[in-house]
Amino acid sequence: MIYAIASGKGGTGKTTVTASLAAVWDRPLTAVDLDVEEPNLHLFLNPEMTAEEPAYMEIPVLDAARCTLCGECAAFCQFKALSVMGATLLLFPEMCHGCGGCLALCPEKALTPGRRELGHILQGRAGSARFLMGRLRVGEAMSPPLMRQVKALLPRNDEAGDVLIDSPPGVSCPAVNAVMDADVIVLVTEPTPFGLHDFKLAVEAFRPLGKPMGAVINRAGMGDERVQQFCREEEIPVWAEIPFSRSVAESYSRGEVVARAVPELRGVFLALMARMQGAATASIQGEVHHA
Amino acid sequence: MREIVVISGKGGTGKTSITAAFAHLAKNAMLCDLDVDAPDLHLLLDPDRREEHAFRSGFEAAIDADACTDCGLCAGLCRFGAVRRGPRGWQVDPMRCEGCKVCVRFCPAGAIGFAEKHCGQWYASDMRFGPMIHAQLFPGEENSGRLVALLKKEARTRAKELGLPLIVCDGAPGIGCPVISSLSGASLAVVVTEPTPSGRHDLERVVDLCGHFRIPVAVVVNKFDLNLQHSTEIERYCRENGHTLLGLLPHDEVVVRAMVQCRAVTELPETPFSLALREVWDRVANLAPQAPARLSPFTNKPNA
Repeated sequence: MIYAIASGKGGTGKTTVTASLAAVWDRPLTAVDLDVEEPNLHLFLNPEMTAEEPAYMEIPVLDAARCTLCGECAAFCQFKALSVMGATLLLFPEMCHGCGGCLALCPEKALTPGRRELGHILQGRAGSARFLMGRLRVGEAMSPPLMRQVKALLPRNDEAGDVLIDSPPGVSCPAVNAVMDADVIVLVTEPTPFGLHDFKLAVEAFRPLGKPMGAVINRAGMGDERVQQFCREEEIPVWAEIPFSRSVAESYSRGEVVARAVPELRGVFLALMARMQGAATASIQGEVHHA
Repeated sequence: MREIVVISGKGGTGKTSITAAFAHLAKNAMLCDLDVDAPDLHLLLDPDRREEHAFRSGFEAAIDADACTDCGLCAGLCRFGAVRRGPRGWQVDPMRCEGCKVCVRFCPAGAIGFAEKHCGQWYASDMRFGPMIHAQLFPGEENSGRLVALLKKEARTRAKELGLPLIVCDGAPGIGCPVISSLSGASLAVVVTEPTPSGRHDLERVVDLCGHFRIPVAVVVNKFDLNLQHSTEIERYCRENGHTLLGLLPHDEVVVRAMVQCRAVTELPETPFSLALREVWDRVANLAPQAPARLSPFTNKPNA
């Protein structure tokens, strides 16, 4: 089963929750950091890295001797990655989405596949769990292509155990990319007006995926009760509440996994794990029932 | 005209609360919310929307099941795994479609349509501290970088018309497409961090990003008293790398209290937090008085 830990608003505690779940998880596990722009999970799980490889995407390279400046590629490209200026075809590799259209179209075969570095993919072990992360190259604008390559390394069947995905914040393409292959989505929020607003956006973005979803309310007791109220109205189960406390915040600031460092929180995360696993099982039984 | 962009790398460090206070303290500023994916600034400022515009950008492929001859060529060509076998034959998954047009161009039956996408709305508003440009990307949509570029262009044009010398922008978390777009042409990046392993890690990456595009950086450490060791090390990092340290803000519940009351934190009775934040603003106001370098991240990249 694949579980994505996501949130609309940043800084609500996705990494705290993912690291703590990894610490208490009772089945074979792969912990994955798909927040490739700002990956943080490794700072808490301290994995022993066994491999680090650069990741690339395909971009066109020009053989100017063959190019007749017909402009067919530039007219076709939806991302303005090619442009005819005077007597040259200019390539803007950082704009390229790697669709391969120009390569397929060029009547002179003047464009050949090259590559752009997206970042790195790191693999290792954190305790008994397998660990996987992507790290976007600073200056690279597109995170989804790197995320897709990290996701390609995930175990394909349940035999290999479960997967916990630490997702990027927000509700646009990177966040959707992180959650779309999950079986269950865990939305982490906080009981503040910003937390509520971005939680609503996340529910709106992820609900059409039709996956079981539950909420984790972090720093409960800090702001107001409107997130809980919204969950009741929308019938989104609250799978865990982590009480607001300065000692939890300080523990996090020391790089500790709070489920280990704060004894009273261990039970909260065990209960969360049980609810996530229950939702996954119920959803499979539902599918079997409907079939 | 000066353009200040508040960013953080890590989410939830306090960008929006600090930007709202800047808007309160600044005189003659245009405000701009560039976190188009999860914008929150309007929650504190209650803008009165004077104009509303549709944001259309990019296209999406759709297969006409009646015209499809089931050859499957499109599925083989799509690099994004967006063409999938559904109950009614081949279908394009809109969540995966990048709008590249390859399937449309090569479909032998001409069975694939290509419609422009309505990705969100943007607004020109007035609020109690002045004019504001903001937007909402529809949940799950893409092209946030293009929307950010559009908002910046509108903010500049309108600031010029109104004779406003300053644009204050709230940015998105991360270091990807919308953040790169928000840095384009900025005079100063104010980076808000916190004294945690994540805060420090993400600070260094977002500062590197600013260096990549040659944007000057000034740093604010929020909740500095949560971990004095990390705070001291952030101070040292700034000193050693030549970045201005604008100030240290204490962990203070007044930030959440202001949020619940829909107020900028500096509008509430004074606390140590708001006093420290006023000092931060005074330093920002005295920094980078020069005109911004009109660099585009996409064309002035010192190719890595």
